[in-house]
Amino acid sequence: MSPRLRELVGLLPVSLLLTAGFTAVYLSRAVNPETITLTYGAFFLGCCVFGHLFIRARLPHADPYLFPLAALLAAFGLVMIYRIDRELARDQATWFVIGLALFCATVVFLRDFRVLERYRYTIAAAGVALLLMPRLPLIGAQTNGAYLAIELGPISFQPAEFAKLAVIIFLASYLGDKRDVLVRGRFPRLSLRHFGPLIVVWGLAMLLLVLIRDLGSSLMFFGGFLALLYVATARLSFVAVGSAMFLGGAAFFASTLSYVQDRIDIWLDPFAPNVVDEEGYQIAQSMFAQADGGLFGQGLGRALFELPNGTPILPAAHTDLIYALIVNELGLFGAAGLLLAYLLFVSRGFKASLLASEGFSKLLAAGLTAVFALQVFVIVGGVTRVIPLTGVTLPFVSYGGSSLLANFVLLALLLIVSHDARRDRFAFRGGVV
Amino acid sequence: MNGPITNLFRLVLVLFVLLVAFTSRWSVFDASTLAENPSNRRELLEEQRRPRGLLLADDGSKLAESQPIGTGQARRYVRRYPDGSLFSHAVGYSFVDRGRAGLEQSRNGPLTGDRGELASIVDELVSEPLEGSDVRTALDAKAQRVALQGLGGRAGSIVVIEPESGRVPVMVSTPNFDPNQIPERFSQLNRAAGSPIFNRATQARYPPGSTMKVVTAAAALDSGRFTPNSVIDGRSPKTVGGVPLNNFGNESFGAISLTQALTNSVNTVWGSVAEQLGKGTVYRYMKRFGFNENPPIDYPENQLTPSGVFDAKSGKLLDEDDAVDIGRVGIGQERLQVTPLQMAEVAATVANGGVRMESRLTERIVGADGRTKRRISPERATRVMSKGAADQLKAMMASVVREGSGTAAALEGIKVAGKTGTAEVDNGASNQAWFIGFAPLDDPKMAVAVTVERTQGQGGTVAAPIAKRVLQALIRRG
Repeated sequence: MSPRLRELVGLLPVSLLLTAGFTAVYLSRAVNPETITLTYGAFFLGCCVFGHLFIRARLPHADPYLFPLAALLAAFGLVMIYRIDRELARDQATWFVIGLALFCATVVFLRDFRVLERYRYTIAAAGVALLLMPRLPLIGAQTNGAYLAIELGPISFQPAEFAKLAVIIFLASYLGDKRDVLVRGRFPRLSLRHFGPLIVVWGLAMLLLVLIRDLGSSLMFFGGFLALLYVATARLSFVAVGSAMFLGGAAFFASTLSYVQDRIDIWLDPFAPNVVDEEGYQIAQSMFAQADGGLFGQGLGRALFELPNGTPILPAAHTDLIYALIVNELGLFGAAGLLLAYLLFVSRGFKASLLASEGFSKLLAAGLTAVFALQVFVIVGGVTRVIPLTGVTLPFVSYGGSSLLANFVLLALLLIVSHDARRDRFAFRGGVV
Repeated sequence: MNGPITNLFRLVLVLFVLLVAFTSRWSVFDASTLAENPSNRRELLEEQRRPRGLLLADDGSKLAESQPIGTGQARRYVRRYPDGSLFSHAVGYSFVDRGRAGLEQSRNGPLTGDRGELASIVDELVSEPLEGSDVRTALDAKAQRVALQGLGGRAGSIVVIEPESGRVPVMVSTPNFDPNQIPERFSQLNRAAGSPIFNRATQARYPPGSTMKVVTAAAALDSGRFTPNSVIDGRSPKTVGGVPLNNFGNESFGAISLTQALTNSVNTVWGSVAEQLGKGTVYRYMKRFGFNENPPIDYPENQLTPSGVFDAKSGKLLDEDDAVDIGRVGIGQERLQVTPLQMAEVAATVANGGVRMESRLTERIVGADGRTKRRISPERATRVMSKGAADQLKAMMASVVREGSGTAAALEGIKVAGKTGTAEVDNGASNQAWFIGFAPLDDPKMAVAVTVERTQGQGGTVAAPIAKRVLQALIRRG
């Protein structure tokens, strides 16, 4: 089977899954019969087939699994959001279509993605500017103490989602260039030239912690940076020093800034009196929802979700806590399945990086994949209390236009890199999996 | 650069395993702990989404039903009590924000259709939606209404027990409340004068007055130390427990038999009998009757209280080793306090030939498919006295209604046995009036305890006529 056929075949079960999911949710409602669930499935399949044909035309050698996996995750998200609120699902479906369009545009305009290297400082500046936008007066918005969104009238936008891409593009380009310098230095002769970038990015991460007040995004960005630094230099010493610096900085701010301290206290004991019904409410409800799920979950659309007066018992179920709702309704098995899908996506991303032949491509694919994986870890880890809960989205699954669009761009970049790499390999060796 | 990329993937693998491990921790391993967390209201809310089973009277009429409110996802069920305040205490209530009471609490398991202890992974796999079972009670709406009317708005309580089975067809406590109003008026009702939410039948501690002489008589006869014909000096006053004791109206009786002494409720006789029996013997029989512990009944433990001698200061239940004036306990004085349920059990035990049965409001559990899932069969609690002693005591109690202080309880054509009681309260300003008894004498079907708070009359004039009407309502139909 050719790679593209494999891609097409992979999309069929995804569409079936979506149709089945919508049907299950619809059945659990048992009122206001809707005959459009099949239409949803068909429409989704149409979008996917369009995406597939587009890839077939433009990136015929690209990895065959990334697109179906992304579609699977998006389908998963659509079903969960449909289960929460039909209006939100309609919005999300619209964003999915726009995301697909942006995906195509990215493939068309960044077909030669190396042009990005030319604008790396502009991109870096744009990334930092995006990150700091939520702190601007008038448009900045605070949720749960963190500054992660800007609000322009009715439109809410999470700039960090795009900043994530900008920062990785810059770092991949910069480290691709400078890695020789970084690798060459030996211990006694290490200078500021070696540690300069580390210190600058560390400083930025700390700035994020203080200004955005979000440990999770800070961890995600700095983690992505360390991953790239490690891939570029293969030196664990950098990673060790970087991790120590991050932990030290985080610990320092945890003891000096009350809002960081509060977050950590809530994380350590969400059930403390005066906490459980206030700041700890969200994480406590998240754990109650998961406990309610058990091995196999309550079934799609069947978990307790609202109080009798209509307010949701699980706050921010469509964004931050969507994973808790998934565990609640699909159980440990469903959640593990979701994580497996993410893991497969990540493995294909790294595979693209492995196959890429030159520095920037390798680093770009590895960096995008690493930051994607870290984002999943930060939000799922937050919801399951591995780390303090923060407000980043679950890629492709959480409700939100910015997140979906940014992740479609990420997917496009990965596929472009993959197409280039596999085309080259194909030319040399005549076939690769 | 490929080595680090592979290592990076390994790291991601480790991180994801960590995520799965923590998800397992909350969803499976710690799930029951989290479910029991007091901040976790999911179970209560979850229950609202399913109808509870019905609570039914003995004739099948509905005492409590679940009504749907709203549609679709917002649909929930709220409890409604068609008979309003008629069975307020026996039935209780169940509301999400006010919790549960009465049978709604003690039979919550079958009413909600809990899976019980057997829930396992297999159950999860085949998880059928839970369906609540119906609870058929022994409660008799007509007799309950007669009892309620008998009290006529006065504070008090009436309990009826079927001696052979322990079934409780009547449980009245006044003032009562309308359970339908619990969601809106709970705090108001909780503070209201007369404590309407408080179940006097099972929770109130009253001085029993002379009804206690039935317990003393049981001890006297069954221990073999006395017979109904034993003759005791009944003058008044007479020294009991080192202090002079008077009869009612300071009336002096000569040397009279125990039957006569019960018929005329002679304090000095029964005080002497209890004193002669001694603390050990009297306490032994009290405990056999169920004193000093919560009565066995399918009712919430937190709405039950034991009967016995309570220390005035500490409120502690005193035992035979404590300093107690047993002579006065034997005539229902001292610091003796009893519940109406306990006194009904005393009457029922005598009626049942000396065997005390466990009381029960529930008759059977009926599944949603209409089939009986569980029948609550009569449970014997203990034998209190021999059949012979019980028969002697029955005859003595029949004499009380025939020609003594309890004539107001007499029924036409049916022999009634009983004992009156009048305890002074509020420093003698008013009385706690009692009547305990059973009928028919030769084949007792119903035993009753009636008590009225703060009345100017006596047990024989206030409580006995009510008992008569209740027994009449229950037995004439039988």
